[in-house]
Parts: sequence; structure tokens; C-alpha cells
Amino acid sequence: MLRYFLSRLTSLAISLLVASVVIFLVVEVAPGDPASYMLGLNAQPDTLAALRTELGLDVPKPERYVDWVTGMLSGDFGMSYTYRTPVAQMVADRLWVSLPLALLALSLAVLIAFPAGLFAASRRGRPGDIGVMAATQLGIALPNFWFAMLLVMVFAISLRWFGAGGFPGWAEPVAALRALTLPAVALALPQAAILTRVLRSALLDTLDEDYIRTARAKGLSRRQALWRHALRNALIPVLTIIGLQFSFLLAGAIIIEQVFFLPGLGRLIFQSISQRDLIVVESVVMLLVFAVILVNFLVDLAYGAVDPRLRSRA
Amino acid sequence: MKLSLMLGAMLTALFLGAALLSFLWTPAEVTGVNIAARLRVPDGTNLLGTDHFGRDILSMIMVGARTSISVAVIAVGIGMGLGVPLGLAAAARAGGWLDELIMRGNDLVFAFPSLVIAILITAVFGPGAVNAIIAIGIFNIPVFARLTRSGALSLWQRDFILAARVAGKSRIRISAEHILPNVTNLLIVQGTIQFSLGILAEAGLSYVGLGAQPPTPSWGRMLAEAQTMVALAPHVAVIPGMAIVLMVLGLNLLGDGLRDALDPRMRQRPT
Amino acid sequence: MSLLEIRNLSLSLGPTRILRDLSLDIAPGEILALTGESGSGKSMTALATMGLLPPGARTSGRIRLNGTDLLSLSEARMCDQRGNTLGMVFQEPMTALNPVQTIGQQVAETLHLTRRSDPSMTPARVQALLHETLARVGLPPDRVPPTRYPHELSGGQRQRVVIAMAIIRRPALLIADEPTTALDVTTQAQILDLLRRLVQDNAMGLMMITHDLAVVGQMADRIAVLRAGEIVEQGPTHDVFAQRRHPYTRALFDASRHRADLHPVALQSPLLQVRNVSRDYPVKRSGLFQRRRSFPALSDISFDLRRGERLGLVGESGSGKSTLTRAILGLDPVSSGTITLAGTAVRTNTPSTRRHMQAVFQDPYSSFNPRHRVSRLISEPFHLLDNAPTGAARDAAVAEVLSAVNLSPSDADKYIHAFSGGQRQRIAIARALIIRPDLILFDEAVSALDVRVRAQILDLIADLSRRYNLSYLFISHDLSVVRGITDRVMVMQAGKIVEQGPTEQVLGAPRHPYTQSLIAAAPRLPDPATGGFDAARPAV
Repeated sequence: MLRYFLSRLTSLAISLLVASVVIFLVVEVAPGDPASYMLGLNAQPDTLAALRTELGLDVPKPERYVDWVTGMLSGDFGMSYTYRTPVAQMVADRLWVSLPLALLALSLAVLIAFPAGLFAASRRGRPGDIGVMAATQLGIALPNFWFAMLLVMVFAISLRWFGAGGFPGWAEPVAALRALTLPAVALALPQAAILTRVLRSALLDTLDEDYIRTARAKGLSRRQALWRHALRNALIPVLTIIGLQFSFLLAGAIIIEQVFFLPGLGRLIFQSISQRDLIVVESVVMLLVFAVILVNFLVDLAYGAVDPRLRSRA
Repeated sequence: MKLSLMLGAMLTALFLGAALLSFLWTPAEVTGVNIAARLRVPDGTNLLGTDHFGRDILSMIMVGARTSISVAVIAVGIGMGLGVPLGLAAAARAGGWLDELIMRGNDLVFAFPSLVIAILITAVFGPGAVNAIIAIGIFNIPVFARLTRSGALSLWQRDFILAARVAGKSRIRISAEHILPNVTNLLIVQGTIQFSLGILAEAGLSYVGLGAQPPTPSWGRMLAEAQTMVALAPHVAVIPGMAIVLMVLGLNLLGDGLRDALDPRMRQRPT
Repeated sequence: MSLLEIRNLSLSLGPTRILRDLSLDIAPGEILALTGESGSGKSMTALATMGLLPPGARTSGRIRLNGTDLLSLSEARMCDQRGNTLGMVFQEPMTALNPVQTIGQQVAETLHLTRRSDPSMTPARVQALLHETLARVGLPPDRVPPTRYPHELSGGQRQRVVIAMAIIRRPALLIADEPTTALDVTTQAQILDLLRRLVQDNAMGLMMITHDLAVVGQMADRIAVLRAGEIVEQGPTHDVFAQRRHPYTRALFDASRHRADLHPVALQSPLLQVRNVSRDYPVKRSGLFQRRRSFPALSDISFDLRRGERLGLVGESGSGKSTLTRAILGLDPVSSGTITLAGTAVRTNTPSTRRHMQAVFQDPYSSFNPRHRVSRLISEPFHLLDNAPTGAARDAAVAEVLSAVNLSPSDADKYIHAFSGGQRQRIAIARALIIRPDLILFDEAVSALDVRVRAQILDLIADLSRRYNLSYLFISHDLSVVRGITDRVMVMQAGKIVEQGPTEQVLGAPRHPYTQSLIAAAPRLPDPATGGFDAARPAV
């Protein structure tokens, strides 16, 4: 198991390294100099040079890359070009909205999908199964931001159960959770639909395996075979999808924040794009990619826990 | 499940037809701003009502379908055009350095969801439909590469590939002659799914302003513009959303139906 | 009184009738063999008895176990019977176990489940029973800990685990569906031995499903011969084998003993020369900084195959047969040594030697691209020729080889799914013949076929070898097949050729202990005259 862990950890480190190079290179080829953009067209050459020094833009690129990476490793993400505040601080504030939103949505999706998938799989081809499958078809087709708008129309504007947007901050936990409820539901339902379908088909695939027949032959009922033998084996493909979904949830959260006017990473990133605050864009993107790679690393570890063959092979 | 295939094909044909028709004719001019006729509910002259500029929503949906479909088609084309050869190459030398490189590259692209790629691209080149295509297309490459590779890997185990090698055929030739035709069913089914995901992604990107820029109508931006008027005129927000749902639903049903229709032939094997 | 009593069992699956009016009995302590070719309904009889038929199956008639009619039981009551009074062992040990649970968990699972209703099943008792059962099936817990996972066991060990699962609650009836078909011959002998012992010790009834008449002869007290869902003949094994009243039984029996009629040949110059060939496979490094190790799949193999010779290669799985085959075909490289065909070195990157060499593979169902027509499939090796015939000449060549393998030239326009397994192997042979190679490799080419079809294909090969003066290398795990179709044979074990010589001599009077053990383990077909074993006659 330790060996498996170390091999996964190595690949995590390599992925992060390559991702950081890619992001740095892409942002570096961006046309336009942030310093001249900030000072406008009438900037004096010496002020411009001074600003470039202050922003660290006059250092050679390889050196700047190393500075950026080592800075991030020690929690220093650099200074925002526009606001002249530490990027780390800006990101940290926003992260407290986006991360809880994504996690809440993921938990909600899993909580909906597991019972639904198990229900459908145990009733293969019967009306219950067909009903769940039809509902998931609709769920997959829903754009989450539009679904969010519908939720606002119904639950905020007509019923007035929730606010239509905004975020009171975590100082008021109940109000904060309330503010995140509709966005989380909007994010979660389409993902739950996908997860339900994956779980159902993974379960049906494992139910066709020989070892399920063996289990039935030794006296297990259909239900027992499903719970005791199919579920754990079906988890392997389901875990893959959960890992992939996390990255979609993060991306989805960025969009949903626009619908609910939530001060999360999404708002920050779109602001920074319009202000050409590239260092913020660079850092936020790196952070998102880090989160995705980390989650997939955790999924890999979970595989190892579920599947003894992986532990001994890798 | 013949029903899903029929329904899916009909919905897809409806939107494709509307998009093609919009080149020749739309009920009204999409750029025809008419403040006097703003936010009309659906009636005889404007079948789906008008938006806050008094533009005919049906016409905008038709032209918007054109934008959505062309972005998604080109993005799927990029994904297939690059992903399929990569997947074939990886499977032809499974376990080799090329395979390893391709699969690791795929993992890396998977770490950047299409929206993040779009953000990076727009941060550098500015927003626009072309950049949306590139962002969605890049994300499609690993999807097709993986699918092709896994389908091809199981085919490479089959004895008919061994027979072709005994007949002196090169790996490239075997990939083209024996592998590719036998993974096309998989590719068609995945293609419709990626097509529908492309429509959703395009809508999302234009909703946050990273997709097609005005005055090109797009479903995502129609929704973004309608958002402030939700309370006043719900139909302006509901109708473009419905268009997205129906189009995506149609494609997904088509994909499912095609899978059911194409699959049995793949593993025809009398018992 | 019989333990199991099946009366007038009929079974249809959708529109297809699978079983017709089937009746049979099994007494306690008795082994009944249910035999027949694939598709005859053997497995369906087993699944019907277990109540595990696929959805959509309709049955009529009665299946009584100790007087209880199993067909009329509710699903819940049937679950109580399974494992408890009825146990089953399946064919494929590699997939019959849950890969993510330990073998101990899987074997003891049903005991844990009965703990709710049976207070005497304490955890200590479950543990004791588990250890006892594992020891009984030959997996003593001190040597094979119950905490192992299935992937850590060999095929034979896994089959023992499956048997342990089936017998842990001492069922009155055990059903074994081709329990040794997927195993090597020495492992097969051990598993058959184990089953026989369990039947004796527990006075258990055993329904043994097998296509292999030699296994039947060795195991069964009584035999029922099934053809297309009907029992054509049943009775004590000895009587059925001695009398063979029904023509179908006779046909099966003759096909099982069939030897192709090989014409004598004068051996000429060496065609294929294999000299000191070794092949090492790298073993995946266990850690990032460990040294790479390798596993010798072939070590120092040398032999000649002369023009006109019909050479056999036998060995169990993992012996290196396939590696050697692929190396000769030039598909995989060798680590050292040389292979020459008609004086030209075989290399992986130059296909020039392949025009003198073709192959027929094992699986008739995966040997053809399902999207091509037969004419295109057969003419694929023309790719090797510099001036391959085209147009009418090509069609004529295809028609000629199709006739040579006793198919109709009009079959050229069909797709492969229109053909049965035996017909497909004929097409595979036609494909190998079309460029008139000097050498053909038959890689387990008849292993997937039913015995009567196998006999026909062997006759075809013998006939073609006479008409085309073929030289071939016939690779098989089945000694009796090799015996009937080769002049000379080589026996492989763990990457080495341990014995070679004229077929009759090697298989009749083996000198190497490994060959001796292979022959001892192979089940013998009873002598037709007496219906019993003829100890003086060699096994194969």
C-alpha cells in the first residue's frame, strides 16, 4: 500500500509541475504588458520602468517562473497588478465561498445519486428504473446556470423562501448556508443525474459478472448479492466519475456564482480578466488545477482501498 | 428503445433544420431593435415573444442554434480529428513511450476543465466564438483519445489482428483497416454525447461572456441578458433555456438510441 | 430413494425451446454425468435446478430435491435451498470469485448470514468450519491463508475456493458445470479427485456437466447424453459406453477417439530451424529504485522442422508455447538465438519470411474482422506477395481454397457471422492456405471446437497435408489431439523442451517425468469393447 501511495504521489507532483509550466507559458505569451495597461497610454517611460521593476516584470522568464512556483509553495502568490494587495489574501477570501459551494454540491449529488442508482439497478427494466432513467435524461440536459435562474424565479421571487443572491459571510453560518443552498442544488442536480446513470450501469455490469452468479449459487438473495458483492466493485468506475465531476463542479461553481452574485473565485477571475490582472488569473487557474489534481489523487488512493489488485500491482 | 432513437432524431433534426433555415429566412430581423415592442409575451406576430430590445425571440433562437451547433460541431471535429489518431497510435504501441506520453498528456488536459481552458485563452486572446471552440475542442481531444485507445486495446487482443500481422500488415495499416472501422460505433455514440456537452459548454461560456460576442446571437447570452428581467418577463429567460434542454436532450436520446441500435452487431456471436 | 428427481422438465427461453421433456435421477453418493455438445442444454439443466435461470425463461415439469419441488418454491425459499442443500461449481475459476474480497470472507459468507437464524453459529464456530472446509479442499489455512485475495491464487486454487464455497454447508447435491475445462490436465486430475472424494465422504449427489467423455468415463456412475435439449440415452456409465445404443452416443464416442489418417511422408531438408532461442520478459519493477528483473519465458530452445514434417508441440498453460509460436511467426522478438525459415532469418521487422508461413488461431469467433466479407478475409495474406493476383484471378484463388476446405465458392460473398465455429476454422485454414505457405502453425486450432467438429477439422488437416504436401507445427495442450495429427512431438515445460521424438514413442513410452505426469493425469477413454478401463493401454 505504501508503494502504491508513493507512486501516486510521484505522479501527483509531476502533474502539478507540468501544469504550472503550461499555465505560466500560456499567460506569458499574452500580448500586452500589464504595466503599460495599468498606467494607460500617457505613461512616462521611467514610471513604466519603475512599475515593471516593482511588479517583477523585468526579471528573465525562467527566473520569474521559479519565483512564482517557490512563492506559491510558501503561500506567496504575488501582488495583484490592479489592487496592489497580496493575491493570496484575495484568493483565500473567495475560496471560502467557492470551495464550500463545490463540496456542498458534490455531497448533495452523491446523496441523491446513490439511492437513485441503487434503486434503478435493483429494478432493471421495470417502471421504477425507467422513471429514474427518464428523470436523469432531463437532468443531464439541464444547463446548471439556467436551472439556477429557474430556482431563483420559483424559490426566491415567487415563494420568497431564499434570497435571490448575495452572500452574508460565514460570520452568520445559517444565513451563509441559506445563501449557498439554491446554488448548490442548481450545481448538484445535473451532476447527480450523471452519477446516477454511471452508478446504475456500473452496477448492472457487475451484476452480470460470474462472481455474482457464484454468490447467488451459495444462497445470497438478489438484494444481498447487489449490496455485498456488486456495490464495492461498481464503486471503481463511479469513483473515476466523481473525480472528474469535481473539476466540472468547480467550473460550474464559477458560472453559478454569476447567477447568485456570490463573491467567489468566479467573480474574482472574471474581474481580473477584464482588468488584465494576469497574475491573479494565473494563480486562480493554478489553484483550480491543483484542486482537480488533488481530488484525482485522492480518487486514486480510494481505488487502492477498494481494489486489492491495485495495491499489489503498482 | 426505438422510441428514444426516434425522439432524439426528431429533436436533433428540428434544431438542425432551424439552424439551416436561419441562413435563408427568419421570421424577423435578429438585429431589429424595436424598443416599442419590448418584452412582448408570445402571440401571433412573435410566436415566442420579444426580448428587452423588442427583438423576435424565435428568430434569435434559430440563429442562436446556428452558433451553438457550429461551435459544438467544430469542437467535436477537433476532438475527433486529433483524439482518434492519438488513441490509435497509443493502442498500437500499448505500454510504449508514446502510449505513456499520450495518456499522461490526456490526464493533464483533464485537469483543466473546458471552462478553465477558456478562461486561460480569453485571458490571453480575449473572448470570442473561436476561442470557445478551441477551449471546448481541446477538452474533447483526451475524451476521444481515451475512448479510441480503450476500444482499440481490446481489439488488438483479438485473433484477427494477429492474422493481419501474420499477413504482413504494418501496425499503421492494421489500425486504419481493422481497428478504426471497428471503433466507429463507439465514436459515433460518444460523438453525439460530446456534441451535446459542447452545446452546454458553449451556452455556459457565452453566459459568462467568454463565448460568441454581440451582435452574434447565442443562447447563453440571451439567458445572461434575460437574467435581470426574470421577474418582469419570465418567458425571455425560460424560452432559450428550453431550447438548450431540448437540443441536448435530443442529442443524448439519439446517442443512447444509436448505442442500442449499433451495439449488438459489434459482438455478434452465436451461442 | 433418489435425492434429485427431474421429471418431464421442459424449458424455453423466449421463442427458443432449450429443454424438452427431460427426466433424470441422482441418488445420494452418486455421480451423474450430463454430457453433450455445446448448446445441448447441459448448463440450462443445472441452472434450472439451482433456480438461477435467466429472466424470460419458462419451465414446466418437476424438479424434486429430497421430495421438495424446487420449481414451485418462492424466490426467498429457493435462496434457503441454495448453498444449504444445493451447491454449484462453475467453469471459469478466474472470474467466479469476487476480486475485492478475501477468499475466507467469500467462503464463510453464507455462514455469517445464517448466524441471525442459527445461534449455534458463533464466530468461533464459523472460523473453525472455514478452516476445516478449506483444509478439506486442499487449501490448508497455514499454507494458503484465508486472508488471500483471489488474484493471489492460481486457477486450480481458485477452483478449490469455489468448491469450498459450495460445500461449506454440506449440501446434499452438488452441481459442477465443466469444473475442469479451464484447467490444465494435471490440475484437472487433482480437482476431479477432490470432487470424487467429497462425494464419497459426504454421501453427496453430484451432477457433473462435461463435454469430455474421458472425464465422464473416469468420474461418473451414470451418464445422460443430451442432444438439442433431449436426453437420447442414459444409464450406468459402463453400459452406455459398452453398448452405445444411440447413434449420437456412438458418434460422440467415435469422434472422441478419432485419429486422423496421416499419410506417410519422406522427410526432406530442414525447413524451420530454431537454434538456442531464449526470451526473457521483464518483470514489472516492484519499486522505483529496484533493479529490473526478468522472467525467462523461453530458455535455450532448439529444434528442426523438416519439409513435409507434421510436428506437435504440447505443454500446459504458461509453458511458453504461445511465446514460441509468436517468435516463430516473427511477431515478437527473441532475446537470443536464431530462427530461420528455409534459410532466411525470421525477424520481427521484415515480413519477408511470413510469405512462407501462415497460422490458424484458436478462437474461431475472434479470428475474423466482422466487417469484411469472406473473400476479403481469405485474401488478406496476398498482402505479402509482390505480385498478388487481382480481379478474376483473385476470385479464382479464393474459390479454390474455399473448395479445398470443403466450403462452397459462393460463401466468398458472405460475412463471417453467417458461419458456425467449425466452418470458421475451415475459413481460417483457407486463409492460411491461399498463399501456399511452406509452413502452417496451428495454434490450439481445434481446442474451441466440439468433438465431432474437431474430428472433421483434423481429417481436413490430414487431407490437406497429403494434397498440398504441407509441413506444420501443431500446438496444443491436448495430448490426444496431438497424437492423432503429428509424426513427431515436443513436450514443453517452463520454457524448455523437456522431451521430443516420434509421437507414438513419446506419448506411448514417455521418458521424462513431466511427460509421464502429463500422461498419467490425462483422463482415459474407456475401451469400447469392455466399457471399462484398459490399464495396459496408454491414456491418450
